[in-house]
Amino acid sequence: MKQLSVEHLLGIKYLNKNDLELIFETAAHFKEVINRPIKKVPSLRDITIANLFFENSTRTKLSFELAEKRLSADVINFSAGQSSVKKGETLIDTVNNILSMKVDIVVMRHSNVGAGIFLSKHVDAKIINAGDGTHEHPTQALLDSFSMREALNSDLKGKKILIVGDVLHSRVALSNIFALQLQGAKVKVCGPTTLIPRYISSLGVEVETNLKKALEWCDVANVLRVQHERMDIKYFPSTREYTQLFGINKEILDNLDKKIVIMHPGPINRGVELTSDVADSNQSIILNQVENGVAVRMAVIYLLAQQIKR
Amino acid sequence: MSRKTLLTSKEIEIILHRLACQLIENHNDFSNTVLIGLQPRGTYLANRLAKLLRDEYNIKDLQLGFLDITFYRDDFRRRQEPLEATSTQIDFLIEDKKVVIIDDVLYSGRSVRSALTALQSYGRPDNIELLVLIDRRFSRHLPIQPNYRGRQVDAINEEKVVVCWQETHKEDTIYLEPKPSKLD
Repeated sequence: MKQLSVEHLLGIKYLNKNDLELIFETAAHFKEVINRPIKKVPSLRDITIANLFFENSTRTKLSFELAEKRLSADVINFSAGQSSVKKGETLIDTVNNILSMKVDIVVMRHSNVGAGIFLSKHVDAKIINAGDGTHEHPTQALLDSFSMREALNSDLKGKKILIVGDVLHSRVALSNIFALQLQGAKVKVCGPTTLIPRYISSLGVEVETNLKKALEWCDVANVLRVQHERMDIKYFPSTREYTQLFGINKEILDNLDKKIVIMHPGPINRGVELTSDVADSNQSIILNQVENGVAVRMAVIYLLAQQIKR
Repeated sequence: MSRKTLLTSKEIEIILHRLACQLIENHNDFSNTVLIGLQPRGTYLANRLAKLLRDEYNIKDLQLGFLDITFYRDDFRRRQEPLEATSTQIDFLIEDKKVVIIDDVLYSGRSVRSALTALQSYGRPDNIELLVLIDRRFSRHLPIQPNYRGRQVDAINEEKVVVCWQETHKEDTIYLEPKPSKLD
């Protein structure tokens, strides 16, 4: 079946294995497109897409905008800080006003969990979740898996993936866990116990609190930023202590018996979760992730647009 | 109406040789020419011609690429079945080169129109020619005609030209078949 099984991209938990394979396959074609002299294809020239970002973003926003423009779609951007949301307009009103301008797809990042799901039930457009609170960030997980497959030059069945850091507040971690398990990978998390969700083992994920042991085990380490802005209480005594126990530096990496792949969704707090010599090393695929992000988002938008009837 | 053979494998072989000779007549040693096979089915024809040109006619350094036109098609969101992309492999620039687009069957001409738009992403060629194995004569939707044709065929809309290659069907034959009925 060469079509997605879902009508919106709200979370990895709604996708099946075939959907993932279709997205990766399509993304590989778009990766070729964005490396040509002229990087555009005309497929979506009659589609209008609205990017609704109620939370700050650099990478995701630019990446989506670039992906949409490369598909020749018309793009409108909305950021909450400069809009009538400050005057008290509700979410549904905001979106319906935008939809009255005949927008086909809405890409939304919102701080409330389930905002995309809520929206999909009340408005008449395709919704792509660009991050909803601490819940899911499906396109990040898709581009992470795509980049891992590229770096390891194989699919992820049986591969050992470690997620390090603030798992509790991370929508990237949750989406990654769902995506990796769908592909048959083994997932472990590592971080301060205060930042590991209590029932994470019910997702089939093991916990390892010793960073060195965790890095010895894994093939790929996906390193997360400490999400200070989501922390209502202090989860660890100081950033320095966090770095001493869970920060990855070149010495630790060089002492492992194999070369592992280092990933980070960005933005990096240099010197905290990763030192600069690791972030900029040849084991790091952080910038490849960004390039692949555009291709993966093009694939997702293209496959969803395919379902929009004339 | 049942299946009719349009071309046997011997006839195809002769036609391939003739097309190769016609290409050499216009392009000499191919130093300034590139061949582009249209995905998915023009690739078999392009590979065969390239093999002939290299092995039997001693053309050195022949440049061959494959172009996928899925994202340039004009029927996106207008069909019941979703579109399936294949891969593009063009590892050279076509700037100022002579391009020969190769496809197996020329029907409405829409694939070639898509290919012309797609090629613009790779540079500005000196000129573009079209080579097809089968030209369905009166069924064009656009003003597009081939420069090199294998065989011209008159087929009605309810018929389909099926090209079988050794690589896919274990035989080189071209058939004319009735299209499966849409009522079932």
